[in-house]
Amino acid sequence: MITDLWTIFWKEWKEFLLAPGSRRGNMTRQLLLIFVFGVFLPLQLGRAWVNSPIALIYWIWVPMLLVSSMVADAIAGERERHTLETLLSTRMPDRPILYGKVLASVAYGWGVTLVSLILGLAVVNVTQGHGRLLLYPPLMAVGGAVLSFLVAGLAASGGVLVSLRAPTVRQAAQTLSIVTLGFWLVPVVGLTLVRKVLPASALDLPGGALAAVNWALMLPIVVVLLAAVDLGLLAIAVKRFQRSRLILD
Amino acid sequence: MSMMAIRMAGLTRDFRSLRALDNLSLEVPAGIVFGFLGPNGSGKTTTIRLLLGLLEPTGGRAEVLGFDPARQGVEVRARCGALLEQSGLYERLSAADNLEFYGRVWRLSPTERQARSRELLEHLGLWERRHEVVGTWSRGMKQKLAVARALLQRPPLVFLDEPTAGLDPVAAAALHEDLSSLAKREGATVFLTTHNLSEAEKLCARVGVIRQGKLLAVGSPDELRAYSAGGGLHAEIVGHGWGDEILTQLRSRPEVAAVEPRDGRLTLDLRGEAELAPLVALLVGAGASVEEVRKGKVSLEEVFLTLMEEEK
Repeated sequence: MITDLWTIFWKEWKEFLLAPGSRRGNMTRQLLLIFVFGVFLPLQLGRAWVNSPIALIYWIWVPMLLVSSMVADAIAGERERHTLETLLSTRMPDRPILYGKVLASVAYGWGVTLVSLILGLAVVNVTQGHGRLLLYPPLMAVGGAVLSFLVAGLAASGGVLVSLRAPTVRQAAQTLSIVTLGFWLVPVVGLTLVRKVLPASALDLPGGALAAVNWALMLPIVVVLLAAVDLGLLAIAVKRFQRSRLILD
Repeated sequence: MSMMAIRMAGLTRDFRSLRALDNLSLEVPAGIVFGFLGPNGSGKTTTIRLLLGLLEPTGGRAEVLGFDPARQGVEVRARCGALLEQSGLYERLSAADNLEFYGRVWRLSPTERQARSRELLEHLGLWERRHEVVGTWSRGMKQKLAVARALLQRPPLVFLDEPTAGLDPVAAAALHEDLSSLAKREGATVFLTTHNLSEAEKLCARVGVIRQGKLLAVGSPDELRAYSAGGGLHAEIVGHGWGDEILTQLRSRPEVAAVEPRDGRLTLDLRGEAELAPLVALLVGAGASVEEVRKGKVSLEEVFLTLMEEEK
């Protein structure tokens, strides 16, 4: 199982990120993403990048954006390019194929997010540190890392389900983009509305309100809930990712 | 392994109201190239999918290398190579990466993977271009690479689903040679579906003909010719002057299996050991002008068309 999973993982990375024909373009795209999330945004937010819980939105949104693009290519793309049936005609069982694709997408999304966060920390220290070492608060660092991993898993499992139903890779990518955009817009629009509705005394929102939340209590609850949803979606994906079903599709 | 690589008994597959495969019973001996002929939509691809355990039959059963693909699909697929309708190559990867991936899929050791890839690519004339992205290749080169991929793990049974479909005649001829020499060298059983009859004639020791999911005939190309032409000589006479009376005379002769006037030519199929000379004499004696007489075997194409006609 592990060997098969690693084989699929290797192929997905090779095809999506390291393919000889598009290696330069892919590398440029990845570096641009890391620049935006690891340099540009930390410069814009300053110290808030390190100590404001609002930065958590980025921790969550970035893996979702990256994973959804890769998983659509790995599932709907493979079917559209007629390579899936050949793979299914080999000895490779269904589950390592699915898990390999999910894991490759999660590793990509989570990996770029963590690299961006570490780079962002360095950027903020250089520009805002003034000789003091600035670090993410421990709860935020651990919680953010765990949450971004779980969100990557959520995007991957959900992405598999969307990609299995979508007739083309483009349609799968479009559907996943809309969902990802929704995850970005809902908190932004929500916070804007809250600012308008609440009295001036509460205008130090959202940082103030978010800071008032007992994160030590909230985080484990959110983590457990997200993990449960991840596992549930993955179980559904496993059930739907079956050889005879995929061939008939 | 049994002497038969594949056995099918009453194999049937329905897709809702459509019967794609209808009570198919067939045996394929081990170690030969078996041609499965049929027009588009006749059930060839469905047969391969059933034999690989990718689909379950609606009725009947099959045995592939001693395993039931409906219940032991994993065992069957572990012993078979396949080139399906589409080449199934990763076009963003190089040829070497494609074979590296499938080498890993088949759990070949790194040394085996490299040696086997080199052996196959050199044999197919692709070694020098192994680092090129497959998407930039011609269809003929892609098909060659897909054949290499199907043979990578030295499977005892290989399924090739219309490997030369869409190739130009030169590329198809080159692939025929490669397939023929590879099949001999590897000693594998090859189950080849095609609607290219000259391909089947060149490559196959035995041939099955299928139409609308039903098996119409099976045998060696010679047996099928004999079946179609009554086992005797096939001749083509170029000339003119054969009217209905002469044709009726010819048809009444016991040694004549079939007479067909076509575009200034007369085709004759004779039974058993019958000779052609008395019939030519009959034609000349009856006033027909005979310019040329060609003797030969019935082509598989004619057999195929006859079978299709009979089925209609």
